[in-house]
Amino acid sequence: MSTGGTPAVELRDLRKSFGKTEIIRGTDLVVAPGERVAIIGPNGAGKSTLFNLISGRFGPTSGEILLHGKRIDGLKPYEINRLGLARSFQITNIFGRLSVFENLRCGLLWSMGYRYAFWKFLADLRDANERSEQLLKMIRLEKKRDTLAMNLTYAEQRALEIGITIAGGAEVVLLDEPTAGMSKSETARFIDLIREVTVGKTLLTVEHDMGVVFGLADKIAVLVYGEVIAFDVPDAVRANGKVQEAYLGSVLAETHA
Amino acid sequence: MTSPAAAPRRLGTGRLVVWGGFALLFLLAPVVFTSSLSVSLLSQVGIAIVACLSYNMLLGQGGMLSFGHAVYTGLASFVAIHALLGIADGSFPVPVSLIPLVGGVAGAAFAVVLGFVTTKKAGTPFAMITLGLGELVTAMALMIPEFFGGEGGVTANRVVGKPILGLTFGPQIQVYYLLAIYTIVCTAAMFAFTRTPLGRMLNATRDNPERVEFIGYSTQRVRYISFIIAGFFAGVSGGMYALNFEIATAEVVAAGRSGLYLLFTFLGGATFFFGPIIGAVLMVLGFALFSEVTKAWQLYLGLIFLFMVMYAPGGIASLIMMNVRVAMHRKLHRLWGWYGLLAATALVMLVGFGAMIEMVYHLQLGSGGSSSTLRYLGITLDSRGAASWFGALAVALAGFAAFEFVRRRFAVQWGRIQTEIEADMTFKEPTPNAAAAS
Repeated sequence: MSTGGTPAVELRDLRKSFGKTEIIRGTDLVVAPGERVAIIGPNGAGKSTLFNLISGRFGPTSGEILLHGKRIDGLKPYEINRLGLARSFQITNIFGRLSVFENLRCGLLWSMGYRYAFWKFLADLRDANERSEQLLKMIRLEKKRDTLAMNLTYAEQRALEIGITIAGGAEVVLLDEPTAGMSKSETARFIDLIREVTVGKTLLTVEHDMGVVFGLADKIAVLVYGEVIAFDVPDAVRANGKVQEAYLGSVLAETHA
Repeated sequence: MTSPAAAPRRLGTGRLVVWGGFALLFLLAPVVFTSSLSVSLLSQVGIAIVACLSYNMLLGQGGMLSFGHAVYTGLASFVAIHALLGIADGSFPVPVSLIPLVGGVAGAAFAVVLGFVTTKKAGTPFAMITLGLGELVTAMALMIPEFFGGEGGVTANRVVGKPILGLTFGPQIQVYYLLAIYTIVCTAAMFAFTRTPLGRMLNATRDNPERVEFIGYSTQRVRYISFIIAGFFAGVSGGMYALNFEIATAEVVAAGRSGLYLLFTFLGGATFFFGPIIGAVLMVLGFALFSEVTKAWQLYLGLIFLFMVMYAPGGIASLIMMNVRVAMHRKLHRLWGWYGLLAATALVMLVGFGAMIEMVYHLQLGSGGSSSTLRYLGITLDSRGAASWFGALAVALAGFAAFEFVRRRFAVQWGRIQTEIEADMTFKEPTPNAAAAS
């Protein structure tokens, strides 16, 4: 999809401090187009901060962020989104007083070139409406088409969250703990859904559930105290002594207990 | 194949009836209410409708609480008055019928300049900036008498230029029909705006500005463009005002008027498109009619506003829509009795409190000269007599107790009906739309 060997996302010595506390301490990461990367790490490792930096919610203190070889650090979130990067949020972030259909349509208006148009009727935007209906089916909320987003169940809201994120067709998708707060069975179904709707895209996801991580990701990045201490295929990460010592061992022990 | 949303926009019969009725109401109103007072009031209703609808673009649709909307209606009024003067001396050759459009362009132009600062921020800072700018413009109105005419304002004559099709706009009825056309067209245009990509993103920006930034939109730009469009319609209303009253004074840009837009838009109902129309009608009626009935009418208005904020934050429009929902499920007949009781007890309470309010006004303003007695609903009250005060208090308290007694039981009944409706709706799923789409 992208040209030659240009990575989809590249971080170069990325740093971020809040006051005197350095949260991200010189992170380097290269994600190839089409790769699915899970970012794991203990609480407070800076996973969400890393997502906030890449998506433009915060500007980095120093270092570079490249999207398809183009510098995006310091850009506004909407500028980054227009360059083809979309993200979801850990705490559901949807348009509560709009219907499910309207939520999805809002997610794709910009990417379909409708921008700030006030001289066109939404009902006449055949392409946007057809695509919204498709998305509705993809996230399996056809029956809730006209329900206000705030009246959905939690799991449905999480699905809508993903729907809004992928609506614009961004090539790079960041999912911040997509399965947070879901039950085991919901999680399993939801992972299938994520896999389905992100086919062919570059995917970065923060995840706590190790089952999800090993099932979904091509590669795993382990973030500990603001540094990537390992970045490799799942089996290699599992076998990595440093990772076991810092983090994974205890988590694996927990899950087996 | 053709799912409901992908189908082209149709002007359904329902919508045709509503809009046709709206237009017909405006065209026929002066035929029914022929007195010069009612034609004058109807003209003012049109002006207020455009102003309140434009205000609600900000408040209801964009979540922008403006305390300075009169800046745009008012400045446009001044520009329109000067345009009328320009027509008179031949320096600005446009037909008089286009004066509201001149106002619209002026309103939009001021919104381009002032709105750029205002819409940098949302929420509380936005409200603060509008308040500050409102004060600034009010102060300027007295500092630049060349434009604002100082204390006396600027007057103009609308019977200027060449009459087109024999219309001089001298008679109020001619002005009324011109304003009615502007009102209908502007209302339709503002409704259309809610159906456009920008209109929808304005709703999204109201609901969740943060998320909007992550789906490609600059919330600042969404607010700014919408603010300019609202400024345009506010300006049209200002131009209509100038044409109707042929005068603009510093009062038209002042905070008091901005407050009225806020108050009546809220009373009418900011969450529905048609809410501000109700609010606008109430605003004109309130000023013209209720102020005749009692000097304390603004106090009553304040009380009503307080009650609405606390008990019906969706305004009158939401009250109507909630009852329409009940009616659609054929359960409204179960509420009529309750509404009767609520109204009766509320009336008793109001009569009691009203007597006390009128007595206070009578004492403070001394409107009866040295006499301490006043006529109230056909009886004579003595504002210095203990009997009148105790009587009024007793009626008020009894009314309040009865009202509260009824209200609590009504709330239970209301809740029961809502639960039944919810149950009905779940039972009927999947919705027709979902069925058609699959």
